[in-house]
Amino acid sequence: MSWTPVCTVDDLPRERGVAALVEGRAVALFRTYDDAWFALDNRCPFANASVLARGIVGTRGDVPFVASPMLKQPFGLRDGVCLDDPTVRVQAYAVRVTDGVVHIGPALTDQPTDQEAP
Amino acid sequence: MSPTTDGRRPRIVVVGHGMVGHRFVAAAVERGLTATHDVVVLGEEPRAAYDRVALTSFFEVGADALSLLPGGAYDDPRVTLRLTTAVVGIDRDARTVTTAEGEEIAYDELVLATGAAPFVPPVPGKDLDGCFVYRTIEDLEAIRTAAAPGPDGTRKRGVVIGGGLLGLEAANALHQLGVEAHVVEMAPRLMPVQLDETGGATLVRHIEKLGLTVHCGVASTEVLDDGTGRVAGLGLRDADPIAADIVVFSAGIRPRDGLARDAALEVTPRGGVLVDERLRSVTDPHVWAIGECAAPAGVMYGLVAPGYAMAEIVVDTLLGGTAGAFTGADMSTKLKLLGVDVASFGDAFATTPDALELVFSDAVAGLYKKLVVGPAPDAPDSWVLLGGILVGDASAYGLLRPMVASGMLLPDNPEELILPESRGALQLGLPDEAVVCSCNNVTKRDLLDAVDVDGAHRCEDLGATKACTGAGTTCGSCVPTVKGIIEDYFTAVGKAVDTSLCEHFALTRQELFDVVAVHGYRSFTEVVEGHGTGRGCDICRPTIASILASQLGGHVLEGETGALQDTNDAYLANIQKNGTYSVVPRIPGGEITPEKLIVIGEVARDFGLYTKITGGQRIDLFGARMEELPAIWTRLVDAGFESGHAYGKSLRTVKSCVGSTWCRYGVQDSVQLAIDLELRYRGLRSPHKLKGGVSGCARECAEARSKDFGVIATEKGWNLYVAGNGGATPRHAELLVGDVDTATLVRYLDRFLMYYIRTADRLQRTAPWVESLDGGLERVREVVVDDALGLGSELEAAMARHVDSYFDEWKATLDDPAKLARFVSFVNAPDVPDPAITFTTERGQVRPAEPDAPVDLGASIPVGAPR
Ligand code: SRM
Ligand SMILES: Cc1cc2nc3c(=O)[nH]c(=O)nc-3n(C[C@H](O)[C@H](O)[C@H](O)COP(=O)(O)OP(=O)(O)OC[C@H]3O[C@@H](n4cnc5c(N)ncnc54)[C@H](O)[C@@H]3O)c2cc1C
Ligand code: SF4
Ligand code: FES
Repeated sequence: MSWTPVCTVDDLPRERGVAALVEGRAVALFRTYDDAWFALDNRCPFANASVLARGIVGTRGDVPFVASPMLKQPFGLRDGVCLDDPTVRVQAYAVRVTDGVVHIGPALTDQPTDQEAP
Repeated sequence: MSPTTDGRRPRIVVVGHGMVGHRFVAAAVERGLTATHDVVVLGEEPRAAYDRVALTSFFEVGADALSLLPGGAYDDPRVTLRLTTAVVGIDRDARTVTTAEGEEIAYDELVLATGAAPFVPPVPGKDLDGCFVYRTIEDLEAIRTAAAPGPDGTRKRGVVIGGGLLGLEAANALHQLGVEAHVVEMAPRLMPVQLDETGGATLVRHIEKLGLTVHCGVASTEVLDDGTGRVAGLGLRDADPIAADIVVFSAGIRPRDGLARDAALEVTPRGGVLVDERLRSVTDPHVWAIGECAAPAGVMYGLVAPGYAMAEIVVDTLLGGTAGAFTGADMSTKLKLLGVDVASFGDAFATTPDALELVFSDAVAGLYKKLVVGPAPDAPDSWVLLGGILVGDASAYGLLRPMVASGMLLPDNPEELILPESRGALQLGLPDEAVVCSCNNVTKRDLLDAVDVDGAHRCEDLGATKACTGAGTTCGSCVPTVKGIIEDYFTAVGKAVDTSLCEHFALTRQELFDVVAVHGYRSFTEVVEGHGTGRGCDICRPTIASILASQLGGHVLEGETGALQDTNDAYLANIQKNGTYSVVPRIPGGEITPEKLIVIGEVARDFGLYTKITGGQRIDLFGARMEELPAIWTRLVDAGFESGHAYGKSLRTVKSCVGSTWCRYGVQDSVQLAIDLELRYRGLRSPHKLKGGVSGCARECAEARSKDFGVIATEKGWNLYVAGNGGATPRHAELLVGDVDTATLVRYLDRFLMYYIRTADRLQRTAPWVESLDGGLERVREVVVDDALGLGSELEAAMARHVDSYFDEWKATLDDPAKLARFVSFVNAPDVPDPAITFTTERGQVRPAEPDAPVDLGASIPVGAPR
């Protein structure tokens, strides 16, 4: 997977998420309060709907997370692991910002997820 | 137990369906007695058992709220309840009872639970029109009718004969019905059974402050006749008569033991069926008596708790148990008058040998507190509490009464217990076996078992503990002590009664509300940096968003607050299972023009939306993709619609019936009021959603009493009911004020809603909120109607600010490109619909397709460049 530019820094306010289409997949892009950027698959595995980008962004201890807007399950932004049930995980992707443009990159681990890449 | 000789199951006949009869049946069902026995209950009153202890609240809450058996029937098919069925005779040889209709009903065991009747002294004129007793709902209905002002508006005058606990309660009720009320007591002081001279004198001053007139040490001689068979007044010995239209006898009660007497069962000279420790008649082993008609060891008990204990013992005995024996009861009392604190408990008159009295008295403040102490039986130099009297401030009652019952040793300075402002955390000092709730016989140990963090129940808070143990659910006087005990316990086990909102804030919603108000915070960052940790979560962020919205108004998507909102608020629509949204335009009061109906139909058709009439009298359009919302709302706003806030924790709908404009029964224009209220409170952010209803007459077609606020039209104005709830725990709203005009109604409603918004917990609807308040609805009435906290104008001003600053969120969003920029499917492909969303059709409309496979978008969708 290569790096896909998806938007500019100003397109996404802090502590919010937005969905992006990356090589045909819906990826949720998040920006936290300290201007760190994260990307997860947009599909909430509990709700089976493409919605994670619309969840509330916050912290659990030191872990930045997003609460699924559907039934509030929390997913760590760094690795996509569900904080309440570590057996469930969504794919996380690398993100980098160059010259004010946000790029979504390769999947962060090769661990299998319950959503295989096409 | 084996079947009877004629082959049917053994039958228990219960005579009387009052509080104790009901408790007997409930215990029989719960403890399995009905597995072997049939139970037939014969009650003379037209309604099933109700809470007679709370009888006076009938005037406020009505009969339904008092019922102990709301469905009017027991779930257990082995129990037959027959109302309006008086028993007139017992044939002990044949083991049958005879009803007033002449029917004979056989029994194997007969339980008498006929209660007591008010004693009416044999004075001339006692049967005149206008004489009443105070015992049943029918009595109160009759009193209410008689208390209504005359045709020319003249205030009625009433006299209550008897200055005891019940007499004072009755007199205060007359007063609250607008009657000029007098109390006549033969003894030289009020509540002579419970209070000593100084206590009684202190109480008189409190009672007179309520607006009642007290006459002590006077005997009534006759009820005067106005010449037409109606009451004209009360004649007194050695004093001028009191002019009156109403006379209420409250001169004590007499056990209803007539049936027993006629059946030659032994009764005591002062009344009451003579029974042994197991409540079995001393004359006939198949007859039992419980409650106020019984006299175990010759003593009758005029309180409900001993009756409940008796009922349990009989059930236990019939089950073959041997545990229970009735050996006397705590006769402590606390007066239930608004604003007057009186309690008397234990040996209040220091009759125990060597008893000493400790007295604190402050005539100016109207305080009188007396402790009766005695030497501890087996601890030299130590003292135990024997009893006491509290007038003016009975806050220590909940703590002191169990100290008497348990015989615990007093602390070194027992006077501390009654000095003002010196009540420590003494609850833990109570021994475990101390009975904390005497109405329901709940000990401190029972409470600790219920909250035990490793135990079977693990109740988390006061509400759960009350539900689990029954403590505090009858007279309520023990609630502060129950609360103290469980809070002390939680503190002791380090489970610091966790009232924190979430890991980010060690504050309750109410505390946060105050913090925000005091500091004038305007953003989440300010609040979390000042008082929290981290960057919040899905609990505290929407809570603070709601608090900021209540205090500042403003648009919920403005700047940083946009990132605080739950997904529904964030997109001003309700998310559905497949990630689409529903759209609910406001239709105030459910009234809509044909033109607007057509617009809704056209929008739904053009965007392919599923339409449904909601339970809230409006129309929901489902299946809108997020990026379609602005276009849909543009059409709706252009046609004059505005947000219905179906997504917000805010006012939903004010449901109305058609009311006096069309309905032949309507007495007021309920549609107009519903529209006015819906428009007044629209957009008001609150701890949970708010719903209202307005009905045009008592038929209540708008189901207003199931709402957070419900208004029912009367001939004279409006009745305002508050704190109803549908949902999982339905609750009828209760009357806050009656017969008020529209302006007064709105004023009280403003105060009520603002008080709720300021003090309720996150996601706490009005019904549980009122229940959680110390004092419950009474407290709400004090704050909202009596303005006891002096907050009234502040609350009204806060609501006025809300009303003035209201704007339609959807229109404002459409006018603001920054906010609209959020409504895109993909940031890099704003016009590409999310292919994960698919529909099928059903009954001619769309519905979400069941996505059973992981969402697979395929690689063929064009990827847009960054903008
Ligand atoms: C659409 C509707 C059902 C319908 O098809 O009729 C509905 C739909 C929902 N209700 Fe409701 N309720 C609807 C009328 C009611 C009513 C009836 C009424 O208002 O007269 C009640 C009982 C009355 C009450 O609130 O006391 C009701 C009691 C609830 C409850 C339980 C509240 C409680 O206090 O126990 C919830 C759950 C909650 O809010 O936590 C709930 C929650 C919901 C949610 C928000 C559930 C969710 O999280 O998705 C549903 C989504 C609404 C949407 O997507 O638009 N809904 N819901 C009704 C919309 C009314 C409207 O016009 O705004
Ligand atoms: C205004 C008021 C306030 C009170 N406040 C308190 C308080 O604060 N604390 C407290 O502990 N107690 C209080 N009490 C007393 C309490 O209500 C009684 O102790 C309790 O109701 C007794 O229950 P019971 O079942 O024995 O009698 P009841 O509740 O009177 O029930 C007896 C039932 O038997 C029926 N009955 C009688 N004869 C027959 C017959 N022959 N056939 C069929 N049915 C028959 C009666 O109609 C009645 O319905 C108060 C009472 C009143 C009136
Ligand atoms: S509540 Fe009364 S006025 Fe309203 S529709 Fe029903 S009957 Fe008519
Ligand atoms: S003492 Fe009456 S409810 Fe607890």
